[in-house]
Amino acid sequence: MAVTEWIPSGRETRLRMDGDGLIKRGFMLVIALYLIVTLALPLYTMLSKSFVTYSFDLSEFELQVSDASGANFGPAVSLVDLNTRSGRFTPQDMKTNSDGRMAVAELLPDFSFRSPVRYRMRAVDDRGTWLVGLDRVSSRDWLEYDSNTLRRITLRPVPSYGIQNYVSYFSNPALFQSIWNSLFIAVVSTALTVPFAFGFAYALHRSCMPFKGAMKLIATMPILVPSLLPGIALIYLFGNQGLLKDLLMGQSIYGPLGIVIGSVFFTFPHALIIISTALAIADQRHYEAAESLRASRWRTFWTVTVPGARYGLISAMFVTFTLVVTDFGLPKVIGGQFSVLAIDIYKQVIGQQNFEMGAVVSVVLLVPAILAFFVDRQVQKKQVSLLSARAVPFEPKPNRRFDALCLAWCGLIAAFILTMMGVCQLAAVVKFWPYDMSLTLGNFAFNKMDGGGWTAYWNSIWLSALTAVAGTAIVFCGAYMVEKTDGFRLGRSLFQFLAMLPMAIPGMVLGLAYIFFFNNPDNPLHGLYGTMAILVISTVTHFYTVGHLTALTALKQIDAEFEPVAASMRQPFYRLFARVTVPICLPSILDIMIYLFVNAMTTVSAMVFLYSTHTALASIAVLNMDDAGDIAPAAAMGMMIFYTNVAARLLHALVSRRLLASTQAWRTR
Amino acid sequence: MFGKTLLFSAALLAAGSMSAVAETELTVYTAFEAEFLDRYAAAFNKDHPDIKINWVRDSTGVVTAKLLAEKNNPKADVVWSLAASSLLMLKAEGMLEPYAPKGIEALDPRYVDSDTPPSWVGLDAWLGAICYNTVEGKKRGVPQPTSWADLTKPEYAGHVVMPNPASSGTGFLDVSAWLQMFGGDGWDYMDKLHANIASYTHSGSKPCKMAASGETVVGVSFAFRGAKSKTDGAPIEVIIPSEGTGWDLEAAAIIAGTPNLDAAKTLMDWSISLAAMEQYNVGYAVLAIPGVAKPVPNYPADAEAKMIRNDFEWAATNRKSILEEWSKRYDTKSEPKS
Repeated sequence: MAVTEWIPSGRETRLRMDGDGLIKRGFMLVIALYLIVTLALPLYTMLSKSFVTYSFDLSEFELQVSDASGANFGPAVSLVDLNTRSGRFTPQDMKTNSDGRMAVAELLPDFSFRSPVRYRMRAVDDRGTWLVGLDRVSSRDWLEYDSNTLRRITLRPVPSYGIQNYVSYFSNPALFQSIWNSLFIAVVSTALTVPFAFGFAYALHRSCMPFKGAMKLIATMPILVPSLLPGIALIYLFGNQGLLKDLLMGQSIYGPLGIVIGSVFFTFPHALIIISTALAIADQRHYEAAESLRASRWRTFWTVTVPGARYGLISAMFVTFTLVVTDFGLPKVIGGQFSVLAIDIYKQVIGQQNFEMGAVVSVVLLVPAILAFFVDRQVQKKQVSLLSARAVPFEPKPNRRFDALCLAWCGLIAAFILTMMGVCQLAAVVKFWPYDMSLTLGNFAFNKMDGGGWTAYWNSIWLSALTAVAGTAIVFCGAYMVEKTDGFRLGRSLFQFLAMLPMAIPGMVLGLAYIFFFNNPDNPLHGLYGTMAILVISTVTHFYTVGHLTALTALKQIDAEFEPVAASMRQPFYRLFARVTVPICLPSILDIMIYLFVNAMTTVSAMVFLYSTHTALASIAVLNMDDAGDIAPAAAMGMMIFYTNVAARLLHALVSRRLLASTQAWRTR
Repeated sequence: MFGKTLLFSAALLAAGSMSAVAETELTVYTAFEAEFLDRYAAAFNKDHPDIKINWVRDSTGVVTAKLLAEKNNPKADVVWSLAASSLLMLKAEGMLEPYAPKGIEALDPRYVDSDTPPSWVGLDAWLGAICYNTVEGKKRGVPQPTSWADLTKPEYAGHVVMPNPASSGTGFLDVSAWLQMFGGDGWDYMDKLHANIASYTHSGSKPCKMAASGETVVGVSFAFRGAKSKTDGAPIEVIIPSEGTGWDLEAAAIIAGTPNLDAAKTLMDWSISLAAMEQYNVGYAVLAIPGVAKPVPNYPADAEAKMIRNDFEWAATNRKSILEEWSKRYDTKSEPKS
């Protein structure tokens, strides 16, 4: 009691935010705002579009019918009453889509187009419109028609909100079938790709086989080409004029078979990279323990290797699954009649101009992708570090038989990849397959074809360069602010969520959402529509997640003490950022850049709805040229993308080496 | 050098800044073949050097979707050209500015919108046709067809490719023509044809190119594409079926609300001039001005006589129900046949 009397209570401590903290939070908010505008709002717009329904509102219209002389008109009757009287249309018939038309004459039981009876029609308000033949009319004054004209009058529907689109989607067997088709090819492709990639990664990390470097290079080749290219290669290999057609024994490559083979091709490197990372970390001591316990190789494999890599395997499965389910290019090129969800979006929007149904299919396509994403996140949370400080890195021992087996396995897969690439290369320089096999460069005369010509190619390079530079800046700054800001937990976890979301959004869905959002004249940003800027924005957003994760990993390696030290030396955070953080993270920054560049070169799905003539792209040109049947030029353009990406990779390697030499010297003592 | 200019102009676009030029610029949406665009623009500029055409080119479906998506915020001044059936959809949305171009009297009235003033004018016609690969036909014992009915015979099973009407205008043109020609038996015919179809494509020109490369024996496509492939050296015959064939028009229209109405009208006037017809005639044999067309190499000679009485209004009014019926019948069967 007495104590408190002579010890004065200290100053109340409150965490105070300094100027740096404020600026950092400001930055974070700006980037969060960017993600909200380029991701959350467009998706919301699309979601609400999927609830826009169209139905005929008979109460909008009134009709007067004359007697047989055609001069004396009866009282005005609402079309609702006419329908009640005749019972012609049920409430179900009132539901339609934006292209719906309903014949007025159907409401009049004793209608004859030869009778002298005349009709007057009007709308009760401005919403009511009808078509006379093909001419749009909307009038609140009475308009008079003879009976032969009335025969040609159809009502137009009015928009409202409801779940009608979803009801008609799920009651349409053709559309519904696509869900199963999509799941089927995704599951089969995943079941094939993951074991293939696991075997390959296993050989790379656990054997002493020769040619590891070459194998690694070949295995990552598919990342450098658009997903359409394997489709084109498969047509040349197994199409009706294919080189290896007989291997299929009468099966057609057009359909699920082609999609699955192509999907394995283009998802293989993605799965390989993930599993490789998981297998690269192994503790020699576990294997030594297994050996001393006299466990067989087989048993060791199942009790040590697989459990150690299980999170990588699960991750690889989900990534492969999502890639296949959301891919658009491959089924378009080689899917034949086999409908999948991504194709249905295209068919609804481009083929039938039914935007609402396109939005519904997009929402449906989001479901498996988002599910896969959340399950994967949950699994990743359980992962604990395998590599303790005392771990001894695993060193494979030579084993003649085993190494030969590994080489055979990798060799087979590498041969598969090289064959596909080689066929495309050949197709690109052959005059008229299969009738004139002489060599030519004529297929590279893109200006004579659909798709935008050489302009498209230069546009693609421009887009990729802009995406790489702007995207890396945005992604890295965002990651820095999240990682190195103190407090502000809620804001940071919200940002984290926004940054992870793009991974689960299929490109097609993003593209369609952008049309709805940016092409609205009420949107202050609608000036972006049709420009290169919107392509850059959508590409950065589409590939945001992987860049973000890469940046985070790099930033986590930097000791958190740097910030307090800099602060105590009264150095503003941006100086620390520019002088310490960026140089240390330079390898990762370069990795993000090349990742964005390569993906911007090859991406098709989001772009197919967003490009305009000034911004035609090489990957879209491949799609359009194939669509028009110009397969050889499509292969040629695909190979141009490949050469460019290879060149970019080489440049990246060169720059990395030089820059690393000057900035990373501290890593080696 | 070229790349540099392009980078520069792209940079301007990216920055969102567009510099104003003295001459009038028209944004022209088009589904013309890509290879023709430069030639058409050059011919137009010979007579009107003060109007610059900025092409926005894509396939018919994409251009139509684009225009409809931009309904409340049109970007196009003129559509030169798009399928008449697509323009009818735009007209039903009130998106076209009616205008009777100078010299319209010379056009065949079948090829002009029925309104006065018309909302669109036809330029030339494209016809459904069958492309048949003679080399593959001999190899596989598939005889050359002469009629639509031939394609349902058993020897054609698995050798016919046609465009999907739900994603291709050419596909819809065929389906709508069969329904108009065969009446109630139209669906019967398609049932039988479906049994022989190897696959449905998403584009109208693809079946013919597949026939040209021997990927299929018979491709249901359009005559222009077949004639072009044959001229390029493909071993194919282009056949207009004996029952008659469906057709559509390449047509032009002004988008309502364009700030460049005068220039748009100038372009419309020119688009139906004899000078323009001469340009269209390079690829197309049926022109909107009767009697001026010169024969196109490898284009079927009897084409114009076999065009059916195409009822655009009927096709537009029933499009939704036709497509629904079609996909109910043939889309659910997704397994491909070899």
